[in-house]
Amino acid sequence: MILRVNQSSGIPLYLQVMEQVKHAVETGALRSGDQLPTIRKLAEDLVMNPNTVARAYRELEHEGVIELRHGSGAYISESVGWNSKITRKAQAVVQSAVERLVASGLSGSEIRRLVENELAMLRDGADHE
Amino acid sequence: MSDFAIEVNALRKSFGGRAALDGLDLRVPAGSIFGFLGRNGAGKTTTIKVLMGMLRADGGAARVFGLDAGDPAQSVEARRRIGFVTEDKELYPYMTVEQIIRFTRPFFPKWRDDLERRYLKMFDLPPKKKIDILSKGMRSKLMLLIAVCHSAELLILDEPTDGLDPAAVEDVLRELVAIAGSQGTTIFFSSHQLNEVEQIADNICIVDKGRAVVAGVLDDLKARYQRFHVVLESELAAPVRWVDGVEHVRQEGRTVSILASGNAEGIVRQIESLPGASVERFPVGLKEIFLEKVRSDENALV
Repeated sequence: MILRVNQSSGIPLYLQVMEQVKHAVETGALRSGDQLPTIRKLAEDLVMNPNTVARAYRELEHEGVIELRHGSGAYISESVGWNSKITRKAQAVVQSAVERLVASGLSGSEIRRLVENELAMLRDGADHE
Repeated sequence: MSDFAIEVNALRKSFGGRAALDGLDLRVPAGSIFGFLGRNGAGKTTTIKVLMGMLRADGGAARVFGLDAGDPAQSVEARRRIGFVTEDKELYPYMTVEQIIRFTRPFFPKWRDDLERRYLKMFDLPPKKKIDILSKGMRSKLMLLIAVCHSAELLILDEPTDGLDPAAVEDVLRELVAIAGSQGTTIFFSSHQLNEVEQIADNICIVDKGRAVVAGVLDDLKARYQRFHVVLESELAAPVRWVDGVEHVRQEGRTVSILASGNAEGIVRQIESLPGASVERFPVGLKEIFLEKVRSDENALV
């Protein structure tokens, strides 16, 4: 697994790690049962704080993406196959939405901004519930 | 052991009537990599000298491992467990690299020979060279080697990467991460390099004019701080200067840029109540937070 983080982007690093693991699962780069690097190994590879990696792993476990097995490390959950079926369906929805937006004359970066803005609004709403 | 490796309350120190520390509060969680930030003269080195028992504070309290840094006997006990890299990287200039290591190690019963060999090689330190002909970067590496090899529970590093080239900086950062990960060592370091702080610190404190102006878990601060770009329908529409969480507002014609430290939802609601206003949001990095906090008197320049 190859991860990259951008420390000055303003996006919390543990969220960047989480997003990349999830992305790797969605694209099939990581499959159920695959082992993730240990917290120490990943921290040293990425030159980032082990506590931050630990936080990303804890949150991923909480969301059911990975399982932490005591003493042996972190593994992609058995249940994520189910998740990628949803992802495939979602892809069709996104595809048709993007096609319509492009047809209406919006550029790629405009569409990306609109989507990210919506997601940020949603995330904040959820934080306050 | 206490949850905090370092605890500082309302610390004060003046030099000739000028306050270097003006009621500084600081809490460094045990096991964290803690970035201590501020402009030149903000009080970073003074704080570190108080923590190391090299300076007496005028008021307030500084504790390391729960031991009073102002009490000579307790401070000696604390310093046995601290690895220290000074700002000026001063070491006995007439000794060679080999001699200073041999001179230092008997003071520390838990000296790590394996780490000593590893760092000599990795940092490319010439054992036979005298310290006075080493560059500042080399002296910095040598001090770091000594600090790490005596198995300290806490590293206090005053600008540890000052004078190092980018490849050496990356080596040092990787080693600090490895030390924190493998031995649970608490690392407290001051730096001007915001990018390296963002890279390895989990907790930060920004000090300005001898006081802590921002402190907390870095990822939480990044989640709280956001910038909003607003386009208004008319120039006269009221900005949101007085809404909770708004730190700074800049308006040019119909566009407004808002830096907020929280309450994103409330701010968005306020903006959306303005007729015809549109709002976009952007994440904020440490650099923006830093500049906002330490330059607030000079907004005209920003």
